[in-house]
Amino acid sequence: MNAPEICTALKERFADAIPEAKTDNVLQPSINVVPGTIKEVALFLRDDERMKFDLLMCLSGMDYTGGKLGVVYHLDSTVLKHKITLKVQLPTDSPHVESVEEIWKTANWHEREAFDLFGIIFDHHPDLRRILMPDDWDGHPLRKDFQVPEYYNGMKVPY
Amino acid sequence: MGLLDQRFENGNVFVTSVDTLLNWARLSSLWGMQFGLACCAIEMMATGASHYDFDRFGTFFRGSPRQSDVMIVAGTVTLKMASRIKTLYDQMSEPRYVISMGSCSNCGGPYWEHGYHVLKGVDRIIPVDVYVPGCPPRPEALMEGLMKLQEKIRGESLVKEKTA
Repeated sequence: MNAPEICTALKERFADAIPEAKTDNVLQPSINVVPGTIKEVALFLRDDERMKFDLLMCLSGMDYTGGKLGVVYHLDSTVLKHKITLKVQLPTDSPHVESVEEIWKTANWHEREAFDLFGIIFDHHPDLRRILMPDDWDGHPLRKDFQVPEYYNGMKVPY
Repeated sequence: MGLLDQRFENGNVFVTSVDTLLNWARLSSLWGMQFGLACCAIEMMATGASHYDFDRFGTFFRGSPRQSDVMIVAGTVTLKMASRIKTLYDQMSEPRYVISMGSCSNCGGPYWEHGYHVLKGVDRIIPVDVYVPGCPPRPEALMEGLMKLQEKIRGESLVKEKTA
């Protein structure tokens, strides 16, 4: 299936879950999904006979600024050889989204990374800890408003 | 060292100072600590391998800080790694030396401005004897660094106070 067909199929199944989609004349077609429905959408994309998205290639965090964070899911079907990108936007003051770790195990560490660097909270993740930064680190460094601390454990950080 | 060798071969007695003898022994077998942090470590491994043969300086890598004389900090020192490096340095027995290899370890390198996670120079946590510039330095540069360290050790004294 190509991207517009996938989008149409998703809209038929989840009418209210797809506020926006960019699937025509773009290099990387993407479908925006309402945060609350991401798990159902993901499960459908994995298990539906026409979709078979068996591989989560990448899961990234985003800071759109202006009080918006985001999660981007890059999906691939190794069986049907098609790809799609899902996007979710979250408010910065309460960045909660359902974890897709149960659906694709790849998401486990990727979600930990997005949590570590952007502070996005993946509900029902089995082990949501920092993965790159030290455990006692303060803040989420890839957020646009992140301020580099003057000292970390007695070590001067700025040049 | 030719002189000393000659005296070994040509007679039973040779005269030297304790400083010279000990310094010669130390600088001729600088065992390195086997750990690498980033791409500089690849060059360090190349230096250790047969083509460049670090072994001819008496330098080969040991898996334990207790058996090491020189720590080659080869790569980016992240804040997370910094405390571990400090611990490893503290575990080395004296006399111990540090070669800072590459721009990252010297001053933060490409991470100097936006590297929120990088220590801007390993000399902020441990004393460094020789800085080897480069990104990464070629094996020749690392060997030059080691020879500089050997020169430094040659000038040391047990009695006189250590110069900074």
